[in-house]
Amino acid sequence: MSVAITTQSSIQDSEPVFHVIDEHAHPEGASTMLGFWIYLMSDCLIFAMLFATYGVLGGNYAAGPSPKDLFDLKLVALNTTMLLLSSITYGFAMLTMEKSRIGQTQLWLAITGLFGLAFLGIELTEFAHMIHEGATPQRSAFLSSFFTLVGTHGLHVTFGLVWLVTLMVQTARFGLTEANRRRLMCLSMFWHFLDVVWIGVFTFVYLLGMLR
Amino acid sequence: MNPDLVKMIFGRLNLDALPLHEPILVGTFAVVATGGLALFAIVTYFRLWSYLWREWFTTVDHKRIGIMYMILGIVMLLRGFADALMMRLQQAIAFNGADGYLPAHHYDQIFTAHGVIMIFFVAMPLVTGLMNYVVPLQIGARDVSFPFLNNFSFWMTVGGAVLVMMSLFVGEFARTGWLAYPPLSNIGYSPDVGVDYYIWGLQVAGVGTTLSGINLVCTIVKLRAPGMTMMKMPVFTWTSLCTNVLIVASFPVLTAVLALLSLDRYVGTNFFTNDFGGNPMMYVNLIWIWGHPEVYILVLPAFGIFSEVTATFSGKRLFGYTSMVYATVVITILSYLVWLHHFFTMGSGASVNSFFGITTMIISIPTGAKMFNWLFTMYRGRIRFELPMMWTVAFMLTFVIGGMTGVLLAVPPADFVLHNSLFLIAHFHNVIIGGVLFGLFAGINYWFPKAFGFRLDPFWGKLSFWFWVSGFYFAFMPLYVLGLMGVTRRLRVFDDPTLQIWFVIAAFGAFLILLGIGAMLVQFAVSILRREQLKDTTGDPWNARTLEWATSSPPPDYNFAFTPVVYDNDAWWDMKRRGYRRPLTGFKPIHMPSNTGTGIILAGFATVMGFALIWYIWWLAAVSFVALLAVAIGHTFNYHRDFHIPADEVVRAEDARTRILAAGAQT
Repeated sequence: MSVAITTQSSIQDSEPVFHVIDEHAHPEGASTMLGFWIYLMSDCLIFAMLFATYGVLGGNYAAGPSPKDLFDLKLVALNTTMLLLSSITYGFAMLTMEKSRIGQTQLWLAITGLFGLAFLGIELTEFAHMIHEGATPQRSAFLSSFFTLVGTHGLHVTFGLVWLVTLMVQTARFGLTEANRRRLMCLSMFWHFLDVVWIGVFTFVYLLGMLR
Repeated sequence: MNPDLVKMIFGRLNLDALPLHEPILVGTFAVVATGGLALFAIVTYFRLWSYLWREWFTTVDHKRIGIMYMILGIVMLLRGFADALMMRLQQAIAFNGADGYLPAHHYDQIFTAHGVIMIFFVAMPLVTGLMNYVVPLQIGARDVSFPFLNNFSFWMTVGGAVLVMMSLFVGEFARTGWLAYPPLSNIGYSPDVGVDYYIWGLQVAGVGTTLSGINLVCTIVKLRAPGMTMMKMPVFTWTSLCTNVLIVASFPVLTAVLALLSLDRYVGTNFFTNDFGGNPMMYVNLIWIWGHPEVYILVLPAFGIFSEVTATFSGKRLFGYTSMVYATVVITILSYLVWLHHFFTMGSGASVNSFFGITTMIISIPTGAKMFNWLFTMYRGRIRFELPMMWTVAFMLTFVIGGMTGVLLAVPPADFVLHNSLFLIAHFHNVIIGGVLFGLFAGINYWFPKAFGFRLDPFWGKLSFWFWVSGFYFAFMPLYVLGLMGVTRRLRVFDDPTLQIWFVIAAFGAFLILLGIGAMLVQFAVSILRREQLKDTTGDPWNARTLEWATSSPPPDYNFAFTPVVYDNDAWWDMKRRGYRRPLTGFKPIHMPSNTGTGIILAGFATVMGFALIWYIWWLAAVSFVALLAVAIGHTFNYHRDFHIPADEVVRAEDARTRILAAGAQT
């Protein structure tokens, strides 16, 4: 490093330039992607805590129902398919956005939203069924941590849907402007992030739960 | 009226929540209310509301937000210190069968509130405020990466502080200690609103802290001036980067664990209960996985301040810049590997305790390296003992003592004797006051002239310094003694009369600190009155080394008329040495973010929602949540959040500075 400094300063000694003369403003939103990534990682940490809690408490049935009594893997597989498909369709929305085809982008976003809704619907059905059977979040530490982990993911999907609708309205009103593209990219990262978390939930909670 | 209806409207809030039967609280309320009304009247009389709203509350300028953080921190310091004084007085007199003057119910709230307020609403705002103010200037930027988010973060922090303060007069605060361990903090043992105030105060403020962490990380990574590579960043910027990385990587843990606790309390889940498979130790682990990084979040920026101050006031380049950076990064990483030392006695077993004991002791190595770097910077330097340097020297002496008692506590067998004792209390006050607070005072005295254009009065500053430092030693050295004798923390009355003298000495120390705080407030007042004599016309009153001193004091809204180009890690020193000439022509319009009231409105709704949840006023919680969402979405429909400062306005500001500099050069 010191070598670099001396060479630099020996060049600069003749006529040092201490400020940018021909300045361009930072393009708006230049830090947004980085910032959103960091936010996602902080959110990831919340999920990490919920996974850890489930890992510690997930076997504490308190003489109540266990995963084998409760989980319907076929339903969960269907649910997983919904969410994975929604990620693919969001990818299509991004591809059409790159080509500035606003109609197709909106269509793919709408389809993504429907898959998301289907996912939420199935999840709520599953929850309702479990609660109906007496497997409430209060029943045991296993169920507390199960409902909290899966429910937090579901809340994220719900929030993603609200966001999706907002962005569709904004795209319809203002077009695929630079700001809107940036926002759609952020939601894209968010949506795929939720997919990755769900893979963890599916494996760690449902599949491993059936093996326990 | 129908009691069900009343319950639906007001939840569990009723007139009994007002502590009319506690004379101390009524008196406090009278004072606070009178003061608040007087302030309100003054602002109204001088018609300052619209000025405050336009120029301060809605500002997105990192400098003004930084100043507001500092004001919040200092105001809350008065509250937190009042709690400390009350505890010291209680413990000094509750001997020989005397019950003291504080009932247990009140005393337990005071020690909880003292800890919560001092960490979350004094140390955090002061640290965040300094980082907010200084970092963009040090890296040659015009603002942070997300200026609106910055404003929102600040108001969320205020929202949390408001909730905690409100608990003083409406209901009560937690009686659990500052980390609210279950099962005590669970609904069975703490059915009142105290723990709920704690939870929602911290959750609301925590959102602000996390977002401001993300914001400053992005700012430092993305907005550095050309030429400022990572290894040319000022050390304060480096420590701020590490601190904000720690914030982003630890505050979500706090958010998650408090959310689980609230589920236990509100929904009846079994995370931390003793039955149905719950496990309170989960809470203790999780909260310390946040809690230990938290103390480094506070102390790393202080280390950065000492590095700037030592180099400036020794007139030398910082000794061992590279090792300083690596030491900071190593501390950042290690801070995640030591959390279990907070509960060695809680059944982890010898192997686990050994691991965490050793990692804890290892932290003293990079910290020691820093200490030697500062010493070698001073060695053969031309040291000027101005106030920031005095605080730095006091820190070096005091912090080393605190560090060594920390290494003592890191030895698990020793910890079995000393845990939960006043020795521990003395230790962490030793490092937090001696490290964080002394650092903040050094920073305030150092950067005040940059922020306001005049220096702080040295006489009252020195008075405050000597009261604080001697007060600290009087207040906490007796606690080491008492702790070694086995006196545990959080006690309200004592049986053994031979202990009393130590508590009396400690109370005397607290009284000295009171004088120190008083002198500091007088210092601010005197400095404002004498601002003409203390004026800084140069922008560089200390002959300092980093970029923030290259611009005027106070800096213009846009910080730098032209973005600086950096060649050296002491950028401004390098510029001065090589004959930098300030550009006088060629100014262009400058692109800046616009002010917005959305941040304060959102934070207002979040605070109302917190209040509603605390008191089970479900309809209000729902309404404020919907309002929160609506305002947030509405805000995203505003695409025009920036403007240009016209070139002639820049010319005017810069010409004014040229005249001031010329006048200064003549005299």
